[in-house]
Amino acid sequence: MLMNEPDVHFGTERKTGPVILDLKNISLSFGGVKALTDISFDVKQHEIRAIIGPNGAGKSSMLNVINGVYRPQQGEIIYRGEHRRGMDCYEAAKSGIARTFQNIALFKGMTVLDNIMTGRNLKMKSNFLLQALYWGPARREEIEHRKKAEEIIDFLEIQAIRKTPVGRLPYGLQKRVELGRALVAEPEILLLDEPMAGMNVEEKQDMCRFILDVNDQLGTTIVLIEHDMGVVMDISDRVVVLDYGRKIGDGTPDEVRSNQDVINAYLGVAH
Amino acid sequence: MQNNTAMPTFPRRLVQHGAVRPDKPAFREKYLGIWQTWTWRDVNAEVRALACGLAAIGFQRGMNLAIIGDNRPRLYWAMLAAQSLGGVPVPLYQDAPAADMAYVLQDAHIQYAIVEDQEQVDKLLELKSLYPHVAHIAYDDERGMRHYHQPELISFAGLQALGREYDRDHPGFFEAAVEAGRGLDSAVILYTSGTTGKPKGVCQSHTALLAAGEGGVAFDQLTDDEDILSYLPMAWVGDCLFSLAQAMVAGFTVNCPESGDTVMIDMREIGPTCYFAPPRVFENMLTSVMIRMEDASSIKRRIFSHFMDVARRCGAQILDGKPVSLLDRLSYQLGNVLVYGPLKNVLGLSRVRVAYTAGAAIGPDLFRFYRSIGVNLKQLYGSTETCAYVCLQPDGNIKFDSVGLPAPGVEVKLAANGEVLVKSPATMSGYYHRPEATAEVIDADGYFHTGDAGVFDSEGHLKIIDRAADVGKMNCGAIFAPNYIENKLKFFPFIKEVVAFGHGRDQVCAFINIDIEAVGNWSERRGIAYAGYTDLAARAETYGLIRDCIEQVNAELAADPLMDRTQVHRFLVLHKELDPDDDELTRTRKVRRKFIAEKYAVLIAALYEGKTSQFIETQVKFEDGRTGSTSADLQIWTSKTWPALGLAA
Repeated sequence: MLMNEPDVHFGTERKTGPVILDLKNISLSFGGVKALTDISFDVKQHEIRAIIGPNGAGKSSMLNVINGVYRPQQGEIIYRGEHRRGMDCYEAAKSGIARTFQNIALFKGMTVLDNIMTGRNLKMKSNFLLQALYWGPARREEIEHRKKAEEIIDFLEIQAIRKTPVGRLPYGLQKRVELGRALVAEPEILLLDEPMAGMNVEEKQDMCRFILDVNDQLGTTIVLIEHDMGVVMDISDRVVVLDYGRKIGDGTPDEVRSNQDVINAYLGVAH
Repeated sequence: MQNNTAMPTFPRRLVQHGAVRPDKPAFREKYLGIWQTWTWRDVNAEVRALACGLAAIGFQRGMNLAIIGDNRPRLYWAMLAAQSLGGVPVPLYQDAPAADMAYVLQDAHIQYAIVEDQEQVDKLLELKSLYPHVAHIAYDDERGMRHYHQPELISFAGLQALGREYDRDHPGFFEAAVEAGRGLDSAVILYTSGTTGKPKGVCQSHTALLAAGEGGVAFDQLTDDEDILSYLPMAWVGDCLFSLAQAMVAGFTVNCPESGDTVMIDMREIGPTCYFAPPRVFENMLTSVMIRMEDASSIKRRIFSHFMDVARRCGAQILDGKPVSLLDRLSYQLGNVLVYGPLKNVLGLSRVRVAYTAGAAIGPDLFRFYRSIGVNLKQLYGSTETCAYVCLQPDGNIKFDSVGLPAPGVEVKLAANGEVLVKSPATMSGYYHRPEATAEVIDADGYFHTGDAGVFDSEGHLKIIDRAADVGKMNCGAIFAPNYIENKLKFFPFIKEVVAFGHGRDQVCAFINIDIEAVGNWSERRGIAYAGYTDLAARAETYGLIRDCIEQVNAELAADPLMDRTQVHRFLVLHKELDPDDDELTRTRKVRRKFIAEKYAVLIAALYEGKTSQFIETQVKFEDGRTGSTSADLQIWTSKTWPALGLAA
C-alpha cells in the first residue's frame, strides 16, 4: 500500500496540437547509397515523437534532414505551414529547431555556463563592439541571456557544475549540458539524437525525467532517436520505425509493438 | 507566571529585529546564480503574510506544523510563522523515505505541512491513504506541480496571498497572536534520531532555545555582522541552534546554499564568519586537499609540507595567544601568505572567526590541522534534549580530547556510573506526549541524564568516553567502550565506519566499512583495479591496509592500562556501506548496534567461531524506496595484538 504512486500522470493527459512539422516523400542518397527512400511522417505540436530502427536505418540522416544539415533530393518539408525542400542549418536554428548530437559536441575547454550561453548566440542582437565593452544595450542583453541560461541550469539541476570546464565532467552530465545548450535557444522543436546512449540506469531515469519535464513545462515538441526500447515505449506519444531507409511502421507505442514488419526487422525473420 | 508575558519569544525577537536593524540582511539565498537578500524588515513582512495565510486555512494555537525540505529561507519563515500563531514547527529529515516520515506525522498529529518541493509533496500524498489527517500542504518550489490538483495543496505564494487578504480583513490579528505567545510555550519539536527505539519528539520552549542561543552568542561574542551558512538538516538540533536560536538572538545573516551539491562553492562565495559542521565535513575537506596536493607539482608539494610542519609546531600556540619564538612567528607569517591563507580561501574559511564541530568525536590530527592553520575550531557537546548547549571550549584553552568547561548557567555532574548529568535553562520541557519517557531522563532535581559516560580532568574540562548504555564488560572484567575503539579507528581516512563487539566476550572483534574515496585513491595509485565497492572491499590489499590501521590502534590501546584488554583480535570488511536507508545508521549517521548485531548475526558468529570466511546476503534499499539484494563471501582476518601491559604491571 505504501508504495502507491501519487495520482498524477504524465503523458496521458498531455494534449498534442496541430501538425507543426510535416515531412513528405523525403528521399536522400549519397551517390549510389540510398539513405532515405520516400519517407513521410508528421510531428504534432507538443508531442514526443520517437524515431527508431536498427543501426544504419537512416535515423540520424532523418534528423539531419530536419535541421538542414542534409538537403534531400526529393520530397518537401512543411514546417509551420511553410513549404521548403530543405533549409540551411542556421535557418533551421533561427526558426526554432534545436538539437543535440549522438557524439557530444560541446566546447570541452569552456565552462558549462559558457557552453550554455553559446546556445543564445542566435538571439544576441547588439553588435560585437558594444558586447566587448559590455555597455548600454549590450549589457542589458547579456544580463537577459544570462538569466535565461541560469533558468536552464536550475531546470536541469546542474548548479554545482556551472563553472566547471565541460571536459572534466562525466559523460552523463555532459549529455545534460548539451541538452541545456539546446534548450536555452528556446526551441519549438528539439531534436535529440540518442540522448541516453552510454548511460547507466540512474542517468537514463534522470534524462527521461528531464525530457518529460521539458515537454511538459516548457511546452517543447520533441523528436528523439533512441535505442532503449523501454525508454521509447514509456515516454513517446508516437513512434516511427525505419529500416534500410524505409518507413516500416508508424503509430502509438502499442501499435508499433504489435506490427509484424517491425518485429521482423528487429528480431530477424526465418527465410 | 506574571512576568511570563514579558519573556522573549521568537516572534517577539523577530519584531524587535525588524525595528532595531530593519535594513540589515537577515536571510540570503542563491537563486539563478545570484544571491538574493531579505532584510529583517522583509522577513517581518513575509512571516506576517505567511502566518495570516496559515490562520486563513485554519491553523490555530497549539497545532503542529511539519516543515520538510532543504534549508530554504521560506522554510525558516514557516517556522517563525507557526510560532507567531502559537503553533509549533516540527522539522523533519528531508531525505527520509515516506515510510519513515509516517511515524513522526502520526506522533506529532500533523495536519498542516509546509514543504520544499514536488519530491516532498509526493511523499506526503503517498502516505495519504494511511494517514489521511494531513489536510493542508503548502509547497515552496512550484516546479513540476502543474498537474497536481489535490484539494489539500496550495503554493507558498498562494498561501501568502491568502494571508495578505486575511491580514487586511482582520487588522490587529497578527499583533494579538504574537502578543499571546508565552516563553514557556514550545518553540519547536525536534525528533530524536532514534538510536534507541522509536524517535521521540523533544519539546524545546522559546525560553530554553533562546537561552541556549544567548549563551553561545555571549560566550563567543557573536554580533549581527556574522554570516553563517545553513546547510545541515533543519531537523537537527545543531541547525536549530545556529540558524534559528543564535540568529534570532544576535540578528546575524543566515545564508542558504543553492542546492546540496553546491555547498562548498557557496561557502567560498559567502565566506561565513561562523561555521558549524560535523567532523565528517571537516574530514572530507582535508581529504580533498590532501588528494589535490598529491597531484601538485613537486615544488608546491615541498612548500606545502614545509609550512605544514611550521604550522604543526607553532600554529595552535599562536592561535591560543601563547608565547612563540620570533623565528617561528616569522615563518608562520610567511606560511600564512604562501599556504594557509590561500588554503583557507579555497575552503571558504578565510573569514571564519569561530568554527564548531559536534555530533561525533573529531580526530586529534584533524582538529590540530584546522587549528594550526588558524581556524578557531571548537568542539560542542550536547544533545537534542539540551539544545547542544552543555559545554563550551573557551578561546585560548582548548584541548582536543575534551569538550571544554560547562557553559555559563549550566550545571554538569557525574553519576556514580560515570553518566553525565546536566541541569540548564536550555533543557527540554519534555518529550511530546510522553510524560513517562520524560520522567526517565529528567530526575526530580531537574538533572537531565545524557546517557553519555564521561570524566572530568584536573582543570575541570569534561571528557566524553562513550554512550553509558554502550559501555559493556568483557568476560575478563575489563571495561569495553566500543565507541572509544571505533573512533580511534575512524580517525584513519581509509575507515568510514566501524562496529566493535566485545560485551560479554573474551575478545574484541570488529566490522569495518572502508571509505571508498580514500581506499579507491590509494588503490589507483598502486595500480590495483577494482569493479566497485563490493569488489574493492573484498580485496586482499584492502584487508592488508585495514589490518595495518587496526594494529596501530591495538598498539595504542595496549599502552592504556584501562583499555589494553580491548584490542581488536579479528575483523572483516563489510561488502556494503552501512546506510540509514537500511536502518543500520540513524539519520545523523550513528551506528544502530542492536539492529546491526541482529541483521549480521551470522557474521558475528563467524568472527567468534574462528572461521576464515562467511557468505552473506543482505537486502538493500535504494534511495527511491525500491529494494534489491547484495551478497558476498566475506573474508575474516586476524590482527596482531600486544600483551596486556596493565595486567603485567
